[in-house]
Amino acid sequence: MKARIHITLKNGVLDPQGKAIETTLSHLGFAGVGDVRQGKYIELELDETDREKAHATVDAMCSQLLANTVIENYAIEIE
Amino acid sequence: MKASVIVFPGSNCDRDVAVSLAAASGTSPRMVWHAETDLPKSDLIVLPGGFSFGDYLRAGAMGARSPIMRAVIDAAHAGTPVLGICNGFQLLTETGLLPGALMRNAALKFVCRDVFLRVTQPDSLFTARYVQDQVIRVPVAHHDGNYFADAETVARLEGDGCVAFRYCDGAGSVGGAANPNGSINDIAGVFDPARRILGLMPHPERLADPALGGTDGQPMFASLVECLS
Repeated sequence: MKARIHITLKNGVLDPQGKAIETTLSHLGFAGVGDVRQGKYIELELDETDREKAHATVDAMCSQLLANTVIENYAIEIE
Repeated sequence: MKASVIVFPGSNCDRDVAVSLAAASGTSPRMVWHAETDLPKSDLIVLPGGFSFGDYLRAGAMGARSPIMRAVIDAAHAGTPVLGICNGFQLLTETGLLPGALMRNAALKFVCRDVFLRVTQPDSLFTARYVQDQVIRVPVAHHDGNYFADAETVARLEGDGCVAFRYCDGAGSVGGAANPNGSINDIAGVFDPARRILGLMPHPERLADPALGGTDGQPMFASLVECLS
């Protein structure tokens, strides 16, 4: 099964990279853009065939390594 | 004082801190490779500066899960003092031994220069040879030194006297342009509640010998030797 993981900064955590992207977008003439937040995307293949077990395993991977839950949230998709 | 310095692939200040420890204590520390699982009996554990595992994923993320870190965490919980400098501070937050996280510098630039620090908490194994509000000059060299913790955690750190150092200017005025990375409350270093674990972004080992152009970092090593020998 394939797992797709989106890691994003929690609300209230400043994102200077997102801010820089926002500024550069405005330099390029893209108006009306706000609240740019940069995150990470990770995908991985699992031998597991049970969707629920796969989700639980990836959830453990996220909390133990892939995301820093002090500052980041994560969302998991399994297919 | 028997110290152990943990060495990761990508550590680059391990030998610098070993020299500073040897100069202060007269005994060379043991260098312990990250893949080891047993930690020699140590009076002090040092997590050195550098870029363990190339800062992949997040600074300190991989190193914090290296085999030796289980023994380091167990020793820390049992009361062995731990000093984390720069990448070592990032490792300490990634293991959860210290609260908060070190994020990308607010100006997005790698900062490599001397900064001034105000000693906020001289009552510890690490800072006993400094005096309250002393201003010291120590180099920083990092891309991810922007200390962040939620408001509740910051209030606890402040209330419990767990802020070790703050960024200041040469006259001791804290914050503003003197903060090189955007750290919350201008925090440069923090203690655990027992003040037996210290993480800081600046590098005291880089100005601990007159030949390096300054000695303001030396009292940290002298403090440790005095308290742990």
